Amino acid sequence: MKQILHIALRELNTFFDSLTAYVLILIFLGFSGFFTWIYGADIFFVGQANLNTFFTVAYWSLFIFIPVLTMKSIAGELKAGTLELLLTKPVSDWHLILGKFLSTFFLIGIALAPTVIYYFTLWAIGPVDHSAILLGYIGLLLMSMVYISIGILTSCIASNPIIASLSALCIGIFFHIIFDVLASNFVGFLGSLFSYLSLSTHFDSISRGVIDTKDLIYFFSIAFFCLFCSKTILSNRNL
Amino acid sequence: MDIVVEHLTKRYGPQKAVDNVSFRVKAGEVLGFLGPNGAGKTTTMKAIACYIKPEQGDILVGGYSIHEHPEMIKKNIGYLPENNPLYQEMNIIDFLEFVAKIHNVPKYLIPERILDMVRTCGLEGEKHKLIGELSKGYQQRVGLAQALIHDPEILILDEPTTGLDPNQIVEIRELIKRIGKEKTVILSSHILAEVEATCDRILIINNGRIVVDGTAEELRKQAAGNEILRIGIQGGEANDIFDLLFQIDTIETIDFLDVDNNLFEVQSKPDSSSVKAIFETCVKNDFYISELTPTETKLEDIFRELTLH
Repeated sequence: MKQILHIALRELNTFFDSLTAYVLILIFLGFSGFFTWIYGADIFFVGQANLNTFFTVAYWSLFIFIPVLTMKSIAGELKAGTLELLLTKPVSDWHLILGKFLSTFFLIGIALAPTVIYYFTLWAIGPVDHSAILLGYIGLLLMSMVYISIGILTSCIASNPIIASLSALCIGIFFHIIFDVLASNFVGFLGSLFSYLSLSTHFDSISRGVIDTKDLIYFFSIAFFCLFCSKTILSNRNL
Repeated sequence: MDIVVEHLTKRYGPQKAVDNVSFRVKAGEVLGFLGPNGAGKTTTMKAIACYIKPEQGDILVGGYSIHEHPEMIKKNIGYLPENNPLYQEMNIIDFLEFVAKIHNVPKYLIPERILDMVRTCGLEGEKHKLIGELSKGYQQRVGLAQALIHDPEILILDEPTTGLDPNQIVEIRELIKRIGKEKTVILSSHILAEVEATCDRILIINNGRIVVDGTAEELRKQAAGNEILRIGIQGGEANDIFDLLFQIDTIETIDFLDVDNNLFEVQSKPDSSSVKAIFETCVKNDFYISELTPTETKLEDIFRELTLH
């Protein structure tokens, strides 16, 4: 267990040392702040004291940022040869995969943390639905979890980080939009299947303030499936 | 801890990188792994370090099998991979701390171990630099330091002296010798002199198979066989001396090396020495010996002979 944490923290430090983390946090806060408070259909137009505008912006920007963060997780180690260094220490394949997963998850958490100020600002302005906002954040974290796992899986498959990141985006776009579009074009079994597969269905229901085990099972099963595949691919390496 | 390799076979596609290799390394022994490029040295070492799984065969390290208890083996092994991969963007101290933590070195011991390693590996002047800023020689030292930080019972070094300057090579050899007194060490190289200087035992591997297993002495004996002398005799005509030498029973062949200076190369028959007989012949004929050098077969020649086929 400790190994997972050591790997995660080292990776997190690397994010900060290489400035990736600062750039990401800066862009993320800039984007979400701009669209939430200043531009277009911002928070003052909604007519309700909720953070749905912010959650929509975050929903999209995280979708694009995460593949960039995960692309080097395994592919980079393999390229630099440090995978050999790590896996000949008392580190199992699961330790490595989960460590990589946690590091990106922590980074997303750190990027989201300053936006809590939005919540307090809103609280000062009007009556806030506290549980809806809390669940909105949980929804964002659950969504990040899914995209991080997909990113790690593609990073295990592709040896080139760019290909890893693009293919993670490709897979992600199915969950993000395409299944949703398909769901609205089909009826019956296919329609409900695509609707269940679409990530936005589950994200919307959580950020509306309703938490259902069905949604939780959805997020955790995709994440587990991707991480399990990553582990299997890593174990079957023939280097 | 003993290492027992049993019938190890590893394929990459149709090609067998290692083919039914078996050997044994006793605790406290320094084993040199020799072979041309692509002979299977690195593959064998990776298998012992639990990085790759062989198709057939087993490796037991201190009684634990790589198939069943890789975790136990990894704990006791310090491994320096080929090409020495390191996290270039980390500084030396942070990196060593990370490796120590991964190895579950107790927290209160970590600073002490890091200092110890920095001193042992001669990194004092560079310790706050990023690894990417170091020269190759210093990076190699960091590689050694990370392999040694948890004080392992077994050390596996894949070409530890590549890219080092001659002074550094000597230093690293000294270091390996010092470590080898207490620990089991396996090191690979394609430089014979290095293996001869540091190892108790030599294993030559070619095309995935073990060709030779023994000490440097045994190797020489096995390949050299006949005594070869380089001899200079003065005080007579070269042809007369040649004829007289040829009458000695134990001499098999005589070659002229330099006719003007009466230099010959004399090869004796198997398991016999001609030195005494040559001396007596010289005394009898009033010759005097200006030069007498036994020629050793070089390990390089043995190596070439064994691995060229």
